[in-house]
Amino acid sequence: MDESLRERVMVRLERCVGCRSCELACRVAHSQSGTLWGAVMEEPKPRRRIFVEQAAESPAPFLCRHCEDAPCVRCCPTGALRFDETSGLVAYAVDRCIGCHACVMACPFGVVQPGRGDLFVVKCDRCEGRDRPACVEACPTRALVLETAFLVDRRRRAVGRFVEAARLDISEADLMAAGSAQSP
Amino acid sequence: MLLTKAEIEARTITEDGQVFLQKAAQDGLETVWDRYQAQKPQCGFCELGLSCRNCSMGPCRIDPFGEGPQRGVCGADADIIVARNLGRMIAAGAASHSDHGRDLVEVLRKVGEGHAPGYTIRSEEKLKKVAAEFGIAADGKTPADLAVELAHAMEEEFGTRKKALTFLGRVPEKRRAIWDKLGITPRGIDRETSEMMHRTHMGVDNDWQSLLLHGLRNALSDGWGGSFIATEVSDILFGIPQPVPSEVNLGVLKENQVNIVLHGHNPIVSEMIYEAAQDPELLALASEKGAEGINLAGLCCTGNELLMRRGIPMAGNHLMTELALSTGLVDMMIVDYQCIMPALGEIATCYHTLMISTSDKAKFPHMAHHEFHPETAQSKARELVRMAVENYERRLPAKVLPAPNTPTRMMAGFSVEAILGALGGSPAPLIEAIKSGAVQGAVGVVGCNNPKIRQDFGHVTLTRHLIENDILVVDTGCAAVAHAKAGLKVPEAAALAGPGLQQVCKSLGIPPVLHMGSCVDNVRILDLAAALANALGTDISDLPLAAAAPEWYSEKAVSIACYAVASGIFTVLGTPPPIFGSPKIVKLLTEDIEGLLGASFAVEPDPEKAAARIEQHIRQKRKALGL
Repeated sequence: MDESLRERVMVRLERCVGCRSCELACRVAHSQSGTLWGAVMEEPKPRRRIFVEQAAESPAPFLCRHCEDAPCVRCCPTGALRFDETSGLVAYAVDRCIGCHACVMACPFGVVQPGRGDLFVVKCDRCEGRDRPACVEACPTRALVLETAFLVDRRRRAVGRFVEAARLDISEADLMAAGSAQSP
Repeated sequence: MLLTKAEIEARTITEDGQVFLQKAAQDGLETVWDRYQAQKPQCGFCELGLSCRNCSMGPCRIDPFGEGPQRGVCGADADIIVARNLGRMIAAGAASHSDHGRDLVEVLRKVGEGHAPGYTIRSEEKLKKVAAEFGIAADGKTPADLAVELAHAMEEEFGTRKKALTFLGRVPEKRRAIWDKLGITPRGIDRETSEMMHRTHMGVDNDWQSLLLHGLRNALSDGWGGSFIATEVSDILFGIPQPVPSEVNLGVLKENQVNIVLHGHNPIVSEMIYEAAQDPELLALASEKGAEGINLAGLCCTGNELLMRRGIPMAGNHLMTELALSTGLVDMMIVDYQCIMPALGEIATCYHTLMISTSDKAKFPHMAHHEFHPETAQSKARELVRMAVENYERRLPAKVLPAPNTPTRMMAGFSVEAILGALGGSPAPLIEAIKSGAVQGAVGVVGCNNPKIRQDFGHVTLTRHLIENDILVVDTGCAAVAHAKAGLKVPEAAALAGPGLQQVCKSLGIPPVLHMGSCVDNVRILDLAAALANALGTDISDLPLAAAAPEWYSEKAVSIACYAVASGIFTVLGTPPPIFGSPKIVKLLTEDIEGLLGASFAVEPDPEKAAARIEQHIRQKRKALGL
C-alpha cells in the first residue's frame, strides 16, 4: 500500500459489546484539552464522530466510511467535501462550506452530522496526525481495527477453519452450515 | 518480553524495583504494570463515575457530553449515580478496616477467656486507658477480665445500639458540634456501612447531597470507629510501638537464611509467626538445613505492623509484592488479607516459594490454605515456619538473584505515645515549635502505590518538598515504605529539611518523616491532630495540617480521605477519584464543603504542584491563627 494512503477503520460487528469507549475517545481526541477530565468540563462540548447504535439485537459502531465515490462529495455544491487521492479519505474544508447540509441528507450511513457553532458539518477526519485513530485505540475488544489488520484476521480465520475441517474430515456443506468464517 | 531502560524507569524510581522488573521479565512473569498496560485504555464512563450496575434494569451509563442518555433506566442522573458509586466505595473501604478491627476484638475476647494460647496482653496500660474510655472501671479486675469486658463493649460499637461511637470522646468539641449540626455523627460501625448499601439500592436515597453526607458519616464510622478499634486493640495485644531501627528494600531478603515474607494487613497471624520464628527447635532445624537463621520480612501493612513493634525489616510496598517473589529467595509468603494481588500465587509457581493464605475470608488461586484461628494460631504458626524451613533446600539456584543494593536504613515506631514521649510527655514542645515557625505545620503523606503513577515518585517528590519547607511529615502504609526506601526515615535525613525542622529533628534525634504505622493506623494521625487541637482548645481544622495520598488506589483510601476531610483536614489526592462525571459533586467536594467542614479535597497528580498547594494551605492556616 502507498505510504501516503491512510488505512480506513473497519468494524468487526460480532466483537462490539456496546461499551461506547470509542465515542468517548473520539470526543477526547477532538477536544481542546485532550484529556477526559478536561473534555467533560469544556464548552462547547467536543462532538463525537462515531456512533454506537443498537441494530436489531446487536450493538454496532458507525463512522464515516470515506467512500471512494461518496454521495456527500457528489452532492456538495462548493467542493468543501472532496475525495483526497493522496490520503484516500473524504476531506472536509470548513472555509469552503456554506452549511447547506446536502451531505447530511446524502450520506447513506447517517454519519455526517450538522455542526453547531463553529463547524457547519462534523464528520470523521480519521484523527489527523495519528497513526491509529482514537476509536481504534480505545476499543477494548478490538472490534474496531484498521483495514490491513482486518483483512489479515479474516483470511487467517477462514483458512484456519478450512484447515481444521480438512483435518477432521468435515464436509464443505457441514462447514458452511456451522456458520460463517467471520464468527469470532 | 524484556523491558527497555526507559520503560523500566517509567515504572518505578526505586533501585531494587528497576533491577527486579527486568528479572521478572526475564523469568517470563506478567506483573501489575504489564496488566495495567493491557487494560489501557480504561473505560471512560467508569473513570468518571458515570456507570451504574447496581440493578438489573441496567447496566446504565450517562453521556458526560450531554448528547446521549442523561438518566439511567431508573431515572438517576449523573449526580445521583456518581454519589451512589462514591458512597459504595466508602462503604467498601470502611467495611474492610472495620472487619479487620472486629477480628482483633475477637482475639482480645479469647485472650481474656483463655482460649488464645500464645496471644497475651502486652500493654496493660493501654487496656486500662481504653477500658476507662468505655466506662469500664479497672479496680480489682484482672487484665483478662478487663479484656473480656472491653471486647464486649467494643462489639457493641459495631451494632446499632449507640447514639455515637465511644472514641468520639477524643474529638474536639467544636468538631463534634459540626457533625451534629450536619447530622453525620457516626452511630454504629456496621450500621453506617449497612445503611450506605441500603441508601444506594435502587429507589432509596436519591438526593446526591444527602448521599454524600452519609458517605462522610460512613467514613467517620471507619476513622473514629473500626480503624480506631483496630489500632487500639493491636496495641493492647501486641504492644504500643516505640522508636525502632530497621531496614528496607529487597536487599533485606537474605541468601543464606530462610526467608519468610509476611503480606497483608492484620497482625494477628504475623505476630504468631514472629513468635514461632524465635523457637530454638525451628532455628536448629534451619541450621540443620544449612541456613544461618530464619529471616522475616514484611510487605504492605502486615509488614508495617511488625516493623512498628518488632523492627522486622520491610521488603517493600504494594507494587513490590510480585517483584519480591522474583528474587527466587522467598521460601514462604504468608498472606492474611487486603491488597494481596490475586496474581501472586501464579507468579510463585515459577519459583520454589510456598504461598500460604490464612484467613477464612481471603482465599487465592495457587495458594495453600492454612486457616488461622485464635485457639490454634500458635501451633499453626509453628507448623508453617517448619514448612518454610524445610523449603529452604528447594530453592532453584538458576532463578535466584539477590538484590545488588544494600538495604536502606530506617527508623519506625512513632506511635502517638512515642511522639509525645520524645517530646517529654506533652504536645507543648511541638505546639511551641509550630508557634515559633521552626515547624510550619504537619502533613500526613499516606496511601498506596498505583501503577498509573511511577512507583514512589508521587510520595517521595511531595515529601521532599514539604520537609524542605519546614513541614513535618508523618506517614503510614505504602507511602511510609516509599519514604523509607528513599532514605528519608533516618535522623541524618534531617539534613534534607529546612533549617527550622532540621534543628527540631536534630535536638530530638528523630527523622523529619515519622513512621506512624499501617494504613489502619492513620487514626494515630487523627488522634495526634485531635490531641493538638484539644491542647489548644480549638478545632482540628484550625491547625496548619494537611493530608495527601499521592498514589492511592484502594477503596480503603477513599474512606480514609473522607474521614480526614470530615475531621477537618485538607486532603490532596494524586489520582482522580471517579467523580468527574458530576461537576456539581466536584464543586461541592473541592470548594463548597470547606464552608461546612473547614476542609476540602483537592486533586493534583503533579506532586510538585501538590506540594505548592499544601504549602499555601498551611500558610493560610498559620495566618488565621495569627502566626
